[in-house]
Amino acid sequence: MSVIVYTENWDGKFKKSSYELVSYAHAIASELGVETIAISIGQVPEDQLNVLANYGANKVLCVKNPELAVLDNAAYASAIARAAKANNAQVVVFANNFTGKAVAPRVAVKLEAGMANSVTTLPLSFSPFVVQKNIFNGKAQGKLQINSDIKVLSLAQNSFGIKESNVSLTIENFDAQLDSSKFNTELIEKNTVSGKIILTDAELVVSGGRGMKSPDNWGPLEELAAILGAGTACSRPVADEGWRPHSEHVGQTGKVIAPNLYIALGISGAIQHLAGVSSSKVIVAVNTDPEAPFFEAADYGILGDVNKILPKLVEAAKAFKAHS
Amino acid sequence: MKILVCLSNVPDTTTKIKLSGDQSALDMAGVQWVINPWDELALTRALDLKEKSEGKIDTITVITVGESLTEPTIRKALAVGADDAVRINLNPTDDYEVASNIAAWVKNNPYDIILSGIESSDFNGSAVGGMLAEFLKIPSVSSVSFLDMEGDKPLMKREIPGGTETIRVPMPFVAIVQKGIALDPRIPAMRGIMMARKKELTVVEPTGEGAKSTYIGFAMPKAKAKVKMIDAENAGQLITLLHEEAKVI
Amino acid sequence: MNFQFTEEQLMIQQAARDYAQRELIKDVLERDEKALYPTEHVKNLAELGFLGMLVSEKWDGGGMDTVSYVLAMEEISKVDASVSVIMSVNNSLVCYGLEKFGNDAQREKYLRPLARGEKIGAFLLSEPEAGSDATKQRTTAVDMGDYYLLNGTKNWITNGNTASTYLVIAHTHPEKGHRGINVFIVERHSEGITVGPHENKMGMRSSDTHSVMFNDVKVPKENRIGEDGFGFKFAMKTLEGGRIGIASQALGIASGALELATKYAKERKAFGTEIINHQAIAFKLADMAVKVENARNLCLKAAWLKDQGQAYGTASAMAKMYAADIAMEVTTEAVQIHGGYGYVKEYHVERLMREAKLTQIYEGTSEVQKIIISRSLME
Repeated sequence: MSVIVYTENWDGKFKKSSYELVSYAHAIASELGVETIAISIGQVPEDQLNVLANYGANKVLCVKNPELAVLDNAAYASAIARAAKANNAQVVVFANNFTGKAVAPRVAVKLEAGMANSVTTLPLSFSPFVVQKNIFNGKAQGKLQINSDIKVLSLAQNSFGIKESNVSLTIENFDAQLDSSKFNTELIEKNTVSGKIILTDAELVVSGGRGMKSPDNWGPLEELAAILGAGTACSRPVADEGWRPHSEHVGQTGKVIAPNLYIALGISGAIQHLAGVSSSKVIVAVNTDPEAPFFEAADYGILGDVNKILPKLVEAAKAFKAHS
Repeated sequence: MKILVCLSNVPDTTTKIKLSGDQSALDMAGVQWVINPWDELALTRALDLKEKSEGKIDTITVITVGESLTEPTIRKALAVGADDAVRINLNPTDDYEVASNIAAWVKNNPYDIILSGIESSDFNGSAVGGMLAEFLKIPSVSSVSFLDMEGDKPLMKREIPGGTETIRVPMPFVAIVQKGIALDPRIPAMRGIMMARKKELTVVEPTGEGAKSTYIGFAMPKAKAKVKMIDAENAGQLITLLHEEAKVI
Repeated sequence: MNFQFTEEQLMIQQAARDYAQRELIKDVLERDEKALYPTEHVKNLAELGFLGMLVSEKWDGGGMDTVSYVLAMEEISKVDASVSVIMSVNNSLVCYGLEKFGNDAQREKYLRPLARGEKIGAFLLSEPEAGSDATKQRTTAVDMGDYYLLNGTKNWITNGNTASTYLVIAHTHPEKGHRGINVFIVERHSEGITVGPHENKMGMRSSDTHSVMFNDVKVPKENRIGEDGFGFKFAMKTLEGGRIGIASQALGIASGALELATKYAKERKAFGTEIINHQAIAFKLADMAVKVENARNLCLKAAWLKDQGQAYGTASAMAKMYAADIAMEVTTEAVQIHGGYGYVKEYHVERLMREAKLTQIYEGTSEVQKIIISRSLME
């Protein structure tokens, strides 16, 4: 019996979100009194794998089948489901991220398992198995009871946190026995922006809206983000106007993010925008309109013109970084 | 070529969420139902592709798992240009049940491309497309922000963290689409609304598997503490507070 | 009784709402400020079929009922009455008049492109000295054997410059009074037509309102609509239906103002709470809501009678008078609820108030509607 957790790596490295995921899987495994087994696909150095022990992984299964070089949803699902079956998994845990969304549903069908995505807490009960998850983009929470023998969960990022626990870890190779003729996702081109902070991973985010007045005013915003080491985002009207790329749009129909800090500059906070950022730990709103709904959702607020306030924030951030 | 678009019927995204007295159910009285925004984008792209395919794409079918109250949104899909529609007559309990029932239909009525939105705006499920592909044992591509035909071969881009990948999979496949796949959804024209009446809406009884999970209760999020206002003249103080009080920087 | 809309009526309402809230809202303030004609919007609305929605499918129209038309007019007018008046004149005056009273040749040549919205029509009745009293037409059309020779001036013509097709009311036999009036289809670019400058209006500033002057304009004989002397009846019958369009426009202006005022009252705080929690504001909103609902019911009743083929002249006069009058009241209160914000342009309600005023004046003033209503009581 086990809890299986898929720990994705990026160029052979794990991220904080991987550790959060292992912490979460380990917490469930402890309740169930079973092992926590991480699955790692591709080449990851041993010292990286060993770190997973700090968060409660008892075992890592390394899967290196060549069919998995490109993300083929079906192939990944086959490998993970096979490992889950071989280890008699009761619960399979994914991150609710790009890969999790792509693979987890297929794994659920292979295991005839009920699935809950975007889970925000440890199970409320284990028998029956009930989890809590965001619904209506965080406007409400739902309690979902999963009735199948095996359960597939994906964890909303930054909702559980990293919990250290020292266990001893073994590393094993696992052959997923894939039939390469069945998997044919062909990768033609890959475009990545290097050096830029990935929005969905960013712990700090600085975001601009229509109150910025013009695309020419983004300089200080980017400067503030650079000083803080934050990602940059924007509201929908700004993306629709072409002031900023669509990849920066956060909100109901854009990206949903949950950073530790979200600074909203000149964004009124329409319900659709809040839906994408309301899970942020700390929210700052800067707006000229005292009635802007964002002030209801924010922890800190500044009333005034963003273009006048931004330089002050940049200056203060510079001073802060110089002293820390 | 045939394209199938999976539609989910959801409350309008501006709906204020209310719970029943005992918090066991959502209060859906007076809710206005719309096509799930991501599914609507999928439909918009399917229509764009058909229009420029010079007849190579001959039908766009929409499919919904739902009871008769979903028909107005299905008619809207027909009014903006879908050719025909299928409704599986079942009020579904979870993504598993939806995917399994759509798969049961598709097994007897094959399509070349199946599109589904990456998420539903109600229960924020994001599993139907992937589950459907697994039930059908066909490829799925997730987070698709671009889909076009290169001759007879579809080409896709998917959004990966920090970039995009251009990829191709053989047909038939399921593309799970997100923002970027199409611009604003279409507004039905009078002509379309009139034609929607004459288009076929097939209603079939469910033959797929049952649900694996069910909602047993709901809760509203905790109220947030009041905002702390900082004087605009001393805006820089924010940085200090974020460090010393909130401890996020 | 059945107050349930059909699926199609709701879909048309939603389509109009989507277009208004998504597209018209973007540039309505700028168009109002600069009095810019909404060229792109008219083209888009034509493609969606709104400009000929009441014309039957046979003549390339939308084949929709008048109830749908009321719903669509309300939604468009909530955001932009300049656009809805273009839609109203084209649909319920020009297209309706041509379809109902024109012959097949006239419908083929003029109605089709108007129903498709490829061309726009205008209805030329008002004159500098003949407004409410339409029998005092000074524009004349003299029978020259092969053609009529048209002379005179028309005022306050909506679509006056952009229209390709004019329906012109003129006296052919001034001595016969209203029995000597006829209506003609006149092509905008005929020789002898001069269009005056764009009127600098208080509201509905982006619809193009002009005076049109006719100086020895030759109108082919086959362009007269109906029997000789049918013009006055044509005008009265057409205006009966037109009133439903303007009544629905006034309704939309009022309900748009009510929506904005309600939203504002839920957000704006004074004395420690949202102002909607103050009875002074809440009761204002309650009064406004009742007025809007009454106006809506009158509009829908008139539309329903028309769709049933029953007499609706009095009902449409009641709808027009009431909706226009309450539009003025409701928009004024909406400005009041907004306080200082209501007096600046960004908040839209002052514009709605300026637009509301016109609905009490054109296509029959509120006073003329009272004449119609009271005459029905005398019968």
